[in-house]
Amino acid sequence: MFKKLLKSLKGYRLPAFLTPAAIAVEVVLECIIPFVTADLVTEIENGCTLDVIVRYGLILIAMAVVSLAAGAVAGKTCSVAVAGFAKNLRRDIFARIQSFSFENIDRFSTSSLVTRLTTDVSFVTMAFGMIIRVAVRSPFMLVFAFSMAFIMGGKMAWIFVALIPFLGVGLGLVIMKAMPVFRKVFKKYDALNESVQENVKAIRVVKSFVREDYEKQKFDKASDDVRKDFTKAERILAFNNPLMQVCLHINMVFVMTFGSYLVVSSTGSALKVPQLSALLTYSFMILNSLMMISMIFVMLTLSLESCRRVTEVLDEVPTITSPENGVTEIADGSVEFDHVTFRYTGNEKVDALKDINLKIPSGATVGIIGSTGSSKSTLVQLISRLYDVSEGSVKVGGRDVREYDLKALRDGVAVVLQKNILFSGTIKENLRWGNADATDEEIVEAAKLARADEFVTQRPEGYDTYIEQGGVNVSGGQKQRLCIARALLKKPKVLILDDSTSAVDTRTDAMIRKSMREYIPSTTKIIIAQRTASVEDADFIVVMDNGRIDAVGSHAELMESNEIYRDIYISQNKAGASDNE
Amino acid sequence: MSKKDRSAGSAPKIKLKKGIIRRVVATVFKCYPVRTTIALVCLIVNAAVMAIPSIFMQRIIALVEDSYKTGNWEAVKVPILTTAFTLAGIYVISVASSFTFYRLMAVITQGTLKTLRCEMFSKMESLPLSFFDTNTDGDIMSRYTNDTDTLRELISECLPQIMISGIVVSVLMGIMLYFSVWLTLVVVVGVAAMFFVTKKIGGLSARHFVGQQKIIGKEEGFVEEMMHGQRVIKVFNHEQAAIDDFNKVNEELFRESERANSYGNVLAPILNNIGNVLYVIIAFAAGVFMISDLENISFSGLAFSISVVVPFLNMAKQFAGNINRVSHQITTMVMGLAGADRIFTLIDTESEKDNGYVTLVNAEYDENGEIREASERTGIWAWKHPHSADGTVTYTELKGDVRLFDVDFEYVPGKRVLTGISLYAKPGQKVAFVGATGAGKTTITNLINRFYDIADGKIRYDGININKIRKSDLRRSLGIVLQDTNLFTGTVMDNIRYGKLDATDEECIAAAKLTGADEFIEKLPDGYLTEIKGGGASLSQGQRQLISIARAAVANPPVMILDEATSSIDTRTEAIVQRGMDALMQGRTVFVIAHRLSTVKNANVIIVLDHGKIIERGSHEELIAAKGQYYSLYTGAFELE
Repeated sequence: MFKKLLKSLKGYRLPAFLTPAAIAVEVVLECIIPFVTADLVTEIENGCTLDVIVRYGLILIAMAVVSLAAGAVAGKTCSVAVAGFAKNLRRDIFARIQSFSFENIDRFSTSSLVTRLTTDVSFVTMAFGMIIRVAVRSPFMLVFAFSMAFIMGGKMAWIFVALIPFLGVGLGLVIMKAMPVFRKVFKKYDALNESVQENVKAIRVVKSFVREDYEKQKFDKASDDVRKDFTKAERILAFNNPLMQVCLHINMVFVMTFGSYLVVSSTGSALKVPQLSALLTYSFMILNSLMMISMIFVMLTLSLESCRRVTEVLDEVPTITSPENGVTEIADGSVEFDHVTFRYTGNEKVDALKDINLKIPSGATVGIIGSTGSSKSTLVQLISRLYDVSEGSVKVGGRDVREYDLKALRDGVAVVLQKNILFSGTIKENLRWGNADATDEEIVEAAKLARADEFVTQRPEGYDTYIEQGGVNVSGGQKQRLCIARALLKKPKVLILDDSTSAVDTRTDAMIRKSMREYIPSTTKIIIAQRTASVEDADFIVVMDNGRIDAVGSHAELMESNEIYRDIYISQNKAGASDNE
Repeated sequence: MSKKDRSAGSAPKIKLKKGIIRRVVATVFKCYPVRTTIALVCLIVNAAVMAIPSIFMQRIIALVEDSYKTGNWEAVKVPILTTAFTLAGIYVISVASSFTFYRLMAVITQGTLKTLRCEMFSKMESLPLSFFDTNTDGDIMSRYTNDTDTLRELISECLPQIMISGIVVSVLMGIMLYFSVWLTLVVVVGVAAMFFVTKKIGGLSARHFVGQQKIIGKEEGFVEEMMHGQRVIKVFNHEQAAIDDFNKVNEELFRESERANSYGNVLAPILNNIGNVLYVIIAFAAGVFMISDLENISFSGLAFSISVVVPFLNMAKQFAGNINRVSHQITTMVMGLAGADRIFTLIDTESEKDNGYVTLVNAEYDENGEIREASERTGIWAWKHPHSADGTVTYTELKGDVRLFDVDFEYVPGKRVLTGISLYAKPGQKVAFVGATGAGKTTITNLINRFYDIADGKIRYDGININKIRKSDLRRSLGIVLQDTNLFTGTVMDNIRYGKLDATDEECIAAAKLTGADEFIEKLPDGYLTEIKGGGASLSQGQRQLISIARAAVANPPVMILDEATSSIDTRTEAIVQRGMDALMQGRTVFVIAHRLSTVKNANVIIVLDHGKIIERGSHEELIAAKGQYYSLYTGAFELE
């Protein structure tokens, strides 16, 4: 897992290694400085001359300068390494997601992908920063300060041998107790925030049903629950600081008494007065390191889950990739399904499509109709390899789709998805998704074909109108027409409209179909629709039922021979023959 | 992207309103007056004790200094041990107070956060809809998440640390002066340098952290949009372009966060080593003073000696350490205060106003056929209307008669959305609104239930001006089925019961049966007890709609507002939903916002709206005969949406 994550460190390895190295230098100096100052004070005590003080002072200042330089280097390299690691990690996750097939996307929900790219990455990199700084610093300081204390204090340093395990065990116990509580409460905390989100989104419902007080009570109860658990966890953590203080205090008293005894009884030969205070400095360093180590431990444990979630994305293998040396030319717009069976991963028992055989000649207009769950969308998504068949084969231009270069195939087969999306940006920018090099004339032409030009030019800013995120400032029908125009700009061999005109009125719908027939006659047009009116004039209509083709034929033939088609037609027209719905 | 890119460049200057700290502290005190006082006392005791060991040390070292050349431990044993054990005694108090402090802080912090969270939520529920129009969901949410988290750090770590350091530093200052004014002066110079550095670098760091926060928001917005559009990206081979765009934002974030952290990281070693240099300078100065026999000025009258210098050196170190620690808190403090500011802003936002005094009460008819108030549920409701002029109370039965007279409305002053709307719906009648997006259909319904207040004109409900009716009672008398169905976490049953909290299971099931939702609910894995998560993501659009219709049905109000769904559902489900809607309309006054003309035909009156004005009205047959706008819509010349 960590190996995988650390791949993203590429380009920032040097600062990542320099940080602990510089920190090591800093720690060594930090530990030597009290040693030297103790010597200096001893000299002063003995009434030395000024130049001795100056000599010591210069050594100490030199050390401080080096220590400062090391610290500054560490600070800088650390932030470069951490920010760089975060950047690479985000880049790698994002790129990995871009390589996902629809099947891969199905496995992760949109919101979970967002969390992984944002919150999880920040947890992982925070942990990483902790490791290269504190996780090196603290143990290093512990060992070094301990050694210095031994060199200087001799027997005195044994007090640490007693204190370290005491503090270590104490901190360990606190963590062991607190961690499970924290894990539990974080889940509740997430749920609490989700309920706020729910309320924000549903505020109209809450207000219409006058449920403000009810929601308040619910929230009050949930947040009190969270409060109780958090308090419990933090009350356990509250042992940490006093525990540390106890150790420091014991040490202080011990050094003052036993230290004084040593100094006095040995007439200053075993231990000198200035060394007493140096010992106190070391004791602080040692115990503080222990405390830091325990905190890192907590942080790292908490970030493990994020590491796992990030690695999961990085480890996900795209189920559809472009073949090497794939064919880049699509001969024509003919489409053929040859004994195609398809099952969704995770739902292998059910055949979403079963033994489909269908030939669509190039340039034909085909309607597909059937109830929800009849796998209409699944059928067309196989054509541009959004999913791969489980059995059989799909051919475009006479070749198996799996032989084509993926980009070439998807450029040749344009799909207007059912759940379609415009991106924040101008209308022109959005349409250029279809063809980045499209000229303004081409854009207008495509928009005219999709009957979008009229409403676009009515807007004061025309094609430069800014579309807000989620396309909230255009109506459903307008959005659908822009999406069609965007697909038309690809100049595809095959154009698939997956229920793409549901919000467009019938007249415009008919006009779009008419212009397509006239202006792009050689393009194969496959139209999925809920309403029979949208497919009546197709060359032939495919009626889907429960993953199978129930019938193929023209409107007249199907009205004659197919029960499902007839039922749909009647249900839509029973309100009156003149009803254009 | 283009428009929004410009804002984030260099780090912005931080502006924080004054008095926020005071308000944070006041909030904490208000929540836990006693505990906070005790905690504060403990904090002071603990901090003071942290600063005083130097005094004891000075004593002991003085004793040792005097006697160590003799090597006679027995001579100094008693005073040294006494001093040490006195200190130990003080330490016991300090540990006890420290323990009490941290335990109390756990309660205080979490309790205060809980109070603020609930205050925010409570306020949020009471805010007018215009608030939700002008603030994005993400923005509102971040007050509960990020801002609350930063505030937690402010209360539990940042403020106590600053107070502790402040106390330690002041006490140390006192002790230092007690020992030696000269040496203290040296320390003051050093500390001034530290302050200067902290202000410069710490300020830069905090600025970039705030800048970083901004870019994070931008990056999250981008990621969110891209993840939602992932399938479209695939279909258009737009992967590389998406990666390129993302890398731009990512690079920006990298630069800002690198800068923010660099400043933050570098500050610590700088301060640390200023501390070290200060240490050397003091040692040097002390050496000079001792050698040159300069007379010490101090409050203690102590002369320069090793017993003064050693503790002094320790104090200088402690002094520097505390300033260092405070400097670490600057970023936390700035972010915490910014978070607190946003939380308080939400809490201070003005609630929806309600001056209504007409209330909805249970009613019954007395033997004379006069309506009067009943003490229990009778199935009959009446508007209780107290008249302040003569002190009388009149009762009007709730029937569901709604009339609009010359109503004007604007969301933003000066931008008229509705002009001169007059219409009426007698009890049991069905009014349909037809028109393009933005014509004002939804707006009219939002005025009837007073989500927004009209600018001019009058709306009467059962003859009473709706401004006089208490909002909650008005809304209780109106049912609503919205286009975007919002379901809540909980079971299907809970969601239906949302319409009437005291409804029995049987009532809920009956409502589901009435509206045709029962059929699919029974097929769910756990039937009515199936848990709904994520707003009903596992249900189809049609199914969610059916539940929301059942929810309105169980409430059983005399007036219904129905907003038809626009998104495509298959014909069969649509027919079921339509039947559900029809069942709901039976015997009620209904306002329908129509997106499909098939639902409009049997309305008593069809109102055709265009740019906030009624351009046509009449029955289906009348409007078809008139061959106007409705006729063109109906024959498919225009889109409804």
